[in-house]
Amino acid sequence: MIQVKNISKAFKEAQVLSDISIDFEPGKINFIIGRSGQGKSVLLKCMVGLLEPNAGSILYDGVDFLNMDEDQHKAIRQEVGMLFQGAALFDSMTVEENVMFPLTMYSTLSFEEKLVRVNECLDRVNLVGKNKLYPAELSGGMKKRTGIARAIIMNPKFLFVDEPNSGLDPETSIVIDNLIRNITYDLGSTTIVVSHDMNSVMEIGDNINFISGGKVEWQGNKHDLLKSENTALNNFVFASEFMQEIKENLKR
Amino acid sequence: MTGILGNFGRYFLLMRRVFSRAEKKKIYRPLITDEMIKIGVQSVGIVALLSFFMGAVVTLQTAVNIESGWIPKWTVGYTTRQTMIYEFSSTIVALVLAGKVGSNIASEIGTMRISEQIDALDIMGVNSASYLILPKLIASTIMFPFLVLLAMSVGICSGAIIGTMTKAVSLNDFIYGIQYDFDSYGIVYSLIKTVFFAFILSTIPAYHGYYASGGALEVGKSSTKGVVYSMVAVMVGNYLLTQILLL
Repeated sequence: MIQVKNISKAFKEAQVLSDISIDFEPGKINFIIGRSGQGKSVLLKCMVGLLEPNAGSILYDGVDFLNMDEDQHKAIRQEVGMLFQGAALFDSMTVEENVMFPLTMYSTLSFEEKLVRVNECLDRVNLVGKNKLYPAELSGGMKKRTGIARAIIMNPKFLFVDEPNSGLDPETSIVIDNLIRNITYDLGSTTIVVSHDMNSVMEIGDNINFISGGKVEWQGNKHDLLKSENTALNNFVFASEFMQEIKENLKR
Repeated sequence: MTGILGNFGRYFLLMRRVFSRAEKKKIYRPLITDEMIKIGVQSVGIVALLSFFMGAVVTLQTAVNIESGWIPKWTVGYTTRQTMIYEFSSTIVALVLAGKVGSNIASEIGTMRISEQIDALDIMGVNSASYLILPKLIASTIMFPFLVLLAMSVGICSGAIIGTMTKAVSLNDFIYGIQYDFDSYGIVYSLIKTVFFAFILSTIPAYHGYYASGGALEVGKSSTKGVVYSMVAVMVGNYLLTQILLL
């Protein structure tokens, strides 16, 4: 479980996050949604240690991430997997080397054992036989799937996903969503997804946190979301006439 | 002024990260080998080519400028040797490598920064500064001295070839000149400078790439900054080391 407690973050004069507190449950897909520039990615970066918050604490299974020593940090990072918006694959490495990278850094397995594990992960994301391709030779969806394979190679307890479906067609988005769902339920990991994509939210979201103006404006599940009377949330979720029509139909 | 001091501070903090908490040795071995090929072996051609013409030009210019009965012809060989060993091999080669190797390092690391590859390393718990910069630094420190020795040899040989071919100096005079009053400390001095330059040329562009932000345009700018600042640092370091080592 990851608990974010009273996190605030400012860049010079601009207050981006104000007193944010959220509990992210294990074995569930926890979404952080909101308009652009509301602090979702900043919150994610604070949680994974890429940014340091000005105030508050972040607890990984009850241990304060911000006050850990180097060894504790290193240990917890081996339990973290992250899928970046652009996949962030290492350009100079093949798919196989990219996916194997965390094992190369941390495991004592032999090369053959590592290769077996890599092939398992590639099989899971449907990239069998693509071992020797370089990121430049992959499509957007294949890059994301390679990123997922790299993120899960260490069986992470905590899985962070940043905009998993940006730039992908609807069909590929569903493939990625299903992968995130299956991995979360199989591994029992605490999965945190930052997204704008309401299709994903409604498809795989267990817990939803809506952030607006650097604050948690609304929390609930997808069923609550459809019934919510929160204006800011409704303006975000039902921004298009099409979505408004859906809401009206649901009300009837 | 705050900007300059801030950059100095950030550079030294980055260097501290490069040398602290390094990963396992077996991780670095293949990386260093790759970098030695990229930085060293792949620079052999350009260094040899430039050194050839530098040696030839120094020989011809010296020959033209000492056309006097009072100055012996072997001075041409002597001057070519001194110039190549003391200055051109190390400093000019460093400036050439700043353009080739420095821009490559800055743009490679800068691209990794803006495409979140460095964030990915950090999240995996890898010391990204050490993982990315240390192999380049070690490879440069190992390979640059060889490139400088190559530049010295090629420059002096080209002086002999071009000087003789153009009849600016006879081969015997040239050979006498390059042997006259030879002090091997000149080579040591040049190699000491080279190790210092290797440090500058691998770390300053790496610093600018590591802290690049934005998009492709910023990577280009960081690459330019990396090359310009490392060239300035080479020239300042060249002056300081010359004063310390030769006076």
